[in-house]
Amino acid sequence: MPDTQALVNDFLNKLKKRKIEGSQATAKQTAELLRSVISQTRMPYTNQAAALIHSVKAVGERLIAANPVELAVGNVVRRVLHIVREEDLSLTTAAMAGLNLSAESDDEDDTDRDNHPALSAAAIAAASRSTLRPPSLQTLLEDVPDSAAVPHTSSSGGDSEGKSKSADKSSRSRKLKHDVIEAVNELIQDISTCHELIAEQAVEHIHQNEVILTLGSSRTVLEFLCAAKEKKRSFRVFVAEGAPRYQGHLLAKELVTRGLQTTLITDSAVFAMISRVNMVIVGAHAVMANGGVIAPVGLNMVALAAQKHAVPFVVLAGSHKLCPLYPHHPEVLLNELRSPSELLDFGEFSDCLDFGSGIGAPLLHVVNPTFDYVPPKLVSLFITDTGGHNPSYMYRLIADYYSADDLVLERRTTSGN
Amino acid sequence: MFGIYLRPSWFGACFTQYALFFSLSFQIHGDFVLIRGDTVSNMSLTQALQEHKDRRKKDANAIMTMVVKQSKPSPITQQSRLGTDELFMAINPVTKQLLYYEDKAEYSKGFISLDKTLIADNPSVILHNDKQDCYIDICSQEVLSLFTDNFDYQHLRRHFVKGLLVDDIMGYKIFTHEIHSSYAARIDNFRSYDTISKDIIQRWTYPFVPDVLCGSSAIKVERQGTYRASDVTLSRSAQLGSFIFIGQGTKIGNDTKISHSVIGERCTIGSNVTIEGSYIWNNVTIEDGCQLRNAIVCDGVILKSGAVLQPGVILSFKVVVGQQFVVPAYSKVSLLQQPTQQDSDEELEYADSTSGTGELRSDKLNGDIAPDLSETASELGTGGVGYIWKVFEGAYDEEWRHSVAPIPTDKLVKLMLDRDEDEELLTQDGNVISASGELKTDSDGNGSEDDDNEDSRDDYVSFEKEVEATFLRAVHENVKVDLAVLEVNALRLSYNMASVDCGGAIFYSMMKLAVESPHNSASELHRNAADIVTTWQKLLKSFLHDIDEEIEVILKFEEMCLESAKDFAALFPQILHLLYDKEILQEDAILRWADEKEGADESDKVFLKRSEKFIQWLREAEEEEEEDE
Repeated sequence: MPDTQALVNDFLNKLKKRKIEGSQATAKQTAELLRSVISQTRMPYTNQAAALIHSVKAVGERLIAANPVELAVGNVVRRVLHIVREEDLSLTTAAMAGLNLSAESDDEDDTDRDNHPALSAAAIAAASRSTLRPPSLQTLLEDVPDSAAVPHTSSSGGDSEGKSKSADKSSRSRKLKHDVIEAVNELIQDISTCHELIAEQAVEHIHQNEVILTLGSSRTVLEFLCAAKEKKRSFRVFVAEGAPRYQGHLLAKELVTRGLQTTLITDSAVFAMISRVNMVIVGAHAVMANGGVIAPVGLNMVALAAQKHAVPFVVLAGSHKLCPLYPHHPEVLLNELRSPSELLDFGEFSDCLDFGSGIGAPLLHVVNPTFDYVPPKLVSLFITDTGGHNPSYMYRLIADYYSADDLVLERRTTSGN
Repeated sequence: MFGIYLRPSWFGACFTQYALFFSLSFQIHGDFVLIRGDTVSNMSLTQALQEHKDRRKKDANAIMTMVVKQSKPSPITQQSRLGTDELFMAINPVTKQLLYYEDKAEYSKGFISLDKTLIADNPSVILHNDKQDCYIDICSQEVLSLFTDNFDYQHLRRHFVKGLLVDDIMGYKIFTHEIHSSYAARIDNFRSYDTISKDIIQRWTYPFVPDVLCGSSAIKVERQGTYRASDVTLSRSAQLGSFIFIGQGTKIGNDTKISHSVIGERCTIGSNVTIEGSYIWNNVTIEDGCQLRNAIVCDGVILKSGAVLQPGVILSFKVVVGQQFVVPAYSKVSLLQQPTQQDSDEELEYADSTSGTGELRSDKLNGDIAPDLSETASELGTGGVGYIWKVFEGAYDEEWRHSVAPIPTDKLVKLMLDRDEDEELLTQDGNVISASGELKTDSDGNGSEDDDNEDSRDDYVSFEKEVEATFLRAVHENVKVDLAVLEVNALRLSYNMASVDCGGAIFYSMMKLAVESPHNSASELHRNAADIVTTWQKLLKSFLHDIDEEIEVILKFEEMCLESAKDFAALFPQILHLLYDKEILQEDAILRWADEKEGADESDKVFLKRSEKFIQWLREAEEEEEEDE
């Protein structure tokens, strides 16, 4: 598969050079790349799921290593692995159920295409799933047949076609691949529509005449605020500029063009302004399993200010930002130091950076971290595409998206190298 | 649109550039970007390229865009932080056109000379000394053809850029593009190797920094700019300072101190080693108790226990330094013997570049050379292998400028003192700049007369000759007086003389004519003179506006009588009287002359005495007039 290889290398290069900005774009491109990897994977007769998992993992490792700070890459790789496992499971259970069914009604199975066998297959799959992992509220809900429509139990592709239980192995192999690709397509769809899903909830959170504070620029936040505006809510927004990249300036500009009353403040004025604010709404870089947030630098200060004045601190995050790892995990790189040139002009300070005299090292050192870690106790609410959640609930949400087997994906690979 | 190259190429090989350009010109059509292999940059070329293309559309002569970056040179050493000489550039701030480029300015003189047309042709020019040349050029195809046509262009900057700016070939222009947030620099000496390495460690080249390039699984940044690979074996008591890099598979022993250094892959470093500001490449073995300060140690080097590298030492591939041996500061050590015969600089450069790029030779080194090295082992202590290259006389003083080691404090102090002295000199001799060559070129300078008498005398002599020739022509061709006046005036202007000089010169020519026309006696000469003066009195009069000028004429006449036309000596009072009669000289002028001469030496008074009677008569006439009133 030379063409996927080229695609992978190209994407790796982009990740390495930090050319892709934003978690959403990265997540989407990762999912699309993995889809083409899956479709190119040659399927063996036996243990096809393992073959798929192997090829996805092989690519995934390299992607994660290319930009370990962008946790969305790892999240999507794990999501895809989870999809493969789920599909495999549901196919096996469906086949088992099909064998039972075919003994009862041999000739019916081709004509009878209503919900009946599908439902039973789904029930079996759900039951087997519940044996695989500890019982949770979600799995309990899934046990009820009607809840098959829960959007993120992404195994629905297999359920509707559970009728071909008597098919031979080759058709089953094609089917697994087909199902997985269907499910990955759904994942891509989820990622690209997460802004709208989050924005739909805006009116429930933003009330008339409120003052909202945000820092830097996040597309999710922009969509969220605009959705509330479209629903005829009237409110004001304070934008902290978000040094050193000053993306808050862009957000303010964008908000003004959409007709929102906007006030721009410096980051250091946040404490002074917070007493007038009704709610802080910010975007996140990643949400960890403990409910902690990796967010653009400066947000921890905002969160502390919000806590001090008892202002709700709301974090918007698409489900692709949910990371199954904990922030103390050795593989999690909490931060990245970007170029100091974002802070100051090299030419202006070149005389302070002279290595030629003295001890051979300049007295001036510029540090430009990209992210802050906001501990879960400072976060009031997460709004994801599935609704609002408490920070303490995040690990449960994550258990629904990821298989426990895939959590330590990188560690195994690095020791292999 | 990104490019990076981390390994330093040791010595610039400029002599190959021409060949490179020549071969390129057959292959490239359209614009191209010229980047040296030793350039480190994270700049995006998109904007610079676009600017270049837009400019090309407007002006087809804009054939090159040079990328520059602000960087202040050290005021003490006059060199940039990359170790290159202070660079002077004149740039038009509006069009960004490069007008002047000088990287080898004379510091000792304390000035640079600019062509004055530069200032005349451009409404505004900014002269920068704080720009760094990034050696990234966007060129159009004309650059290639220029190189093909001018095969004496050996160096892109020294020959091509300067040639284009000075000679103004075909009106081609060079423009500059300044980058602010991105990084670009060229490694062409050890100091820039050091500086750029440290810039990389300080992340100015982001995203081209070790942890990003290698992926985090291999290398992680820790506090204080420490880059450490995942499988480094580090003793518990080892002390790692700030801004260091340690590569994969390296082992570091007890109580070893490392700061501001780069250590490559698979190195073994013993106990009690001190490493400061050094660059240690791959597979290096450093035994217990060694000390390294500001050194570069190439692949496969072995330092036996207790060896000391003083600042600025370079150890080439596979060198072995013996036990307790101290390698002196700034020495370069190689397995190859130093080329002994160096006829010219050219050859030296060549020798440097071939042996310096050691990688080519290193595989050769593996087997062949090893045996015959044993006899010279003593040069690097017991068990040492390698030759210490001698530093040439004169070059030694400058060695610190381009070394990897920081500039020693005593050098800095010395330079600082020198500079203070220079400044005192400058302030004492206030017009040091006006005395320089550049201002002298405006040739019509009135001011030049006083500081250079020789010149003006020469000018006067030739002026006198011209006036004489004009006068003679006027006499022979019967030119009207008015025209003659015009002609002499034109001469006066072109020689930039005062009308005083004209009067003197014309009178001189008149008298000369009188002397040269045939005469037998003094009375005949007198008549000749009278004739000429009568004919041309208007000409003479038109240059004698005030008394000073008339006195000048008398002095001139006096001079003539003494030197060139002795015949007149006897006739002096008569001629004086004649001039008085013709109203060329006023009595005031004659009397003032007499008064001035009163105080002079006896020898000068000869003519005064001769004309005593005439003057007496004048004085009496004056008194009478006064009495009349």
